[in-house]
Amino acid sequence: MVTANAVPSPTAKRRPMSWGNPLTYALALAVAAVSITPVVYVIIGGFRTTPQIVADPAGLPDPWVWDNYARVLTQSDFWRQVFNSAVVSLGTTLGVVALGVCAAFVLARYTFRGREVLYTFFTLGLLFPAGAAILPLYLMLRDLNLINSYYAVILPQVAFSLPLTIVILRPFLTAIPRELEDAAAIDGTGRLGFLWRILLPLSRPAMVTVGILAFVTSWNAFLLPLLVLGDASLHTLPLGVQNFSSQYTSDTAGILAFTSLAMLPALIFFTFAEKQIVGGLQGAVKG
Amino acid sequence: MIVYVMFVLVPMGFAFYYSLFRWRGVGPPTDFVGFDNYVLAFQDPIFIDALRNNGIIVFGSLLIQGPIALGVALLLNRNFRGRTVFRLLAFVPYVLAEVTVGIMWKLLLSDAGTVNAFMQSLGMGGLVQAWLADLDLVIWTLLFILTWKYVGFAIILLLAGLSNVPQELNEAAAIDGASWWQTQRHVTLPLLGPTIRIWMFLSMIGSLQVFDVIWVTSVPAVRSLGASATMATYMVDSGFFARLWGYGNAVAVILFAISFVAAVLFQRFLLRRDIEGAITRKAN
Repeated sequence: MVTANAVPSPTAKRRPMSWGNPLTYALALAVAAVSITPVVYVIIGGFRTTPQIVADPAGLPDPWVWDNYARVLTQSDFWRQVFNSAVVSLGTTLGVVALGVCAAFVLARYTFRGREVLYTFFTLGLLFPAGAAILPLYLMLRDLNLINSYYAVILPQVAFSLPLTIVILRPFLTAIPRELEDAAAIDGTGRLGFLWRILLPLSRPAMVTVGILAFVTSWNAFLLPLLVLGDASLHTLPLGVQNFSSQYTSDTAGILAFTSLAMLPALIFFTFAEKQIVGGLQGAVKG
Repeated sequence: MIVYVMFVLVPMGFAFYYSLFRWRGVGPPTDFVGFDNYVLAFQDPIFIDALRNNGIIVFGSLLIQGPIALGVALLLNRNFRGRTVFRLLAFVPYVLAEVTVGIMWKLLLSDAGTVNAFMQSLGMGGLVQAWLADLDLVIWTLLFILTWKYVGFAIILLLAGLSNVPQELNEAAAIDGASWWQTQRHVTLPLLGPTIRIWMFLSMIGSLQVFDVIWVTSVPAVRSLGASATMATYMVDSGFFARLWGYGNAVAVILFAISFVAAVLFQRFLLRRDIEGAITRKAN
């Protein structure tokens, strides 16, 4: 079967779900509590007023106030930061997927001298401590006059995401059998046509995984934007959160609300993407 | 390829070049000082503290997150209703931006913050601490925050690895009379080896470079005394903000060298077997 590796094998049937024993649930609940209690606290805290929080830091809102959230949501700064984050993250994701597919395609389907050397060269990038290059990177971007532009964030982020992308994508592209390529060639499809019509659709799960990883990383990025986006009108959400919290130190409730709203997109996005990420990693593991 | 070389490799070369100068970042570097910046760094108590802190974070992360993640992954890999929901909840901290996590914990752990108030109300007033301001305590507090944040990543990787362990093997072991624990110990764990090693590797490199969480949680004053500085925060503090570009770049090169040597050693002794391993297995 030519595509057997892309489809879960039918023999790997799962045992039906059952109710686990109480101990399992107790443990699972404990794990869940540890991971989300602080988050829930922050979200609920946003519904209180600062005096309430000062009087009783661990209490529940009484009464619930929507004012903090309303204040953040009516701020143009907040929305501009959301917009900037979206531009930067989408740009990064597109760049990573497009360049990653091209590089992985060449490394997987062409045979040429030095191919493995080139591949090793990219995998070395995984060992490469990205953070260490940030100072000279800043200077370089400054010399290129890119500071205070979206490109200053997008280009380096694409570059730093490439190694992982290629390592995940290449096995996917390699695993697609040569017979398919030969068949395509007989039908008069060139190499690029083969890439476009056959490889890309078949490796979509891997591409989605790679894209999601790039998107989330970019959405959460802090250090690079901190250095290269001095202009407040270009600030992304993580910078916004940081600014807000240091600017309104005494407005605890406001900070809680701002922080909650800033984490919301990531949470929603992840809820939908979780299966894909775990599935994609599995796919990569299975090859 | 060009993008990669230009934005990843070229800057590193420049870092080394700049690190040989005493330079404030304006105009071309002219004041050549050779390796003085490196000598300076290793005589600098804050840098030494940063090194120690990075060490604590690397080993602390490996020793604490590994067992926790393994336990949770084995737990969440069992078949029971609602497992998907629990998995999602366990991953939440990992998904949140470092900055939001940092600010969240900064609020929770401040002097008049919730954690202290909670302890007071439980009658454990003696445990109230200046979690993020106590010079001796702050690095352990940070280690706790980092653990909370990143353990989810280990869980994701391990769950992906676990889903590849054939159910049949576990069933066969059970038929042979192995207890659940024996099965995990002798069947599952060995098969997870490659995944665990990949995680250790990623965690180690990540810990060496940790920046965001530390930057937003710890007050600059605490950081500048070395109590919570890491190599990365110190690099940015001295290079970018204090405008000591030559010195900052020297710190960057040291950070790079340490990470690189650690990575290569790890690769050589532990990962070699898995080089086509957990992530790329069966590429052909």
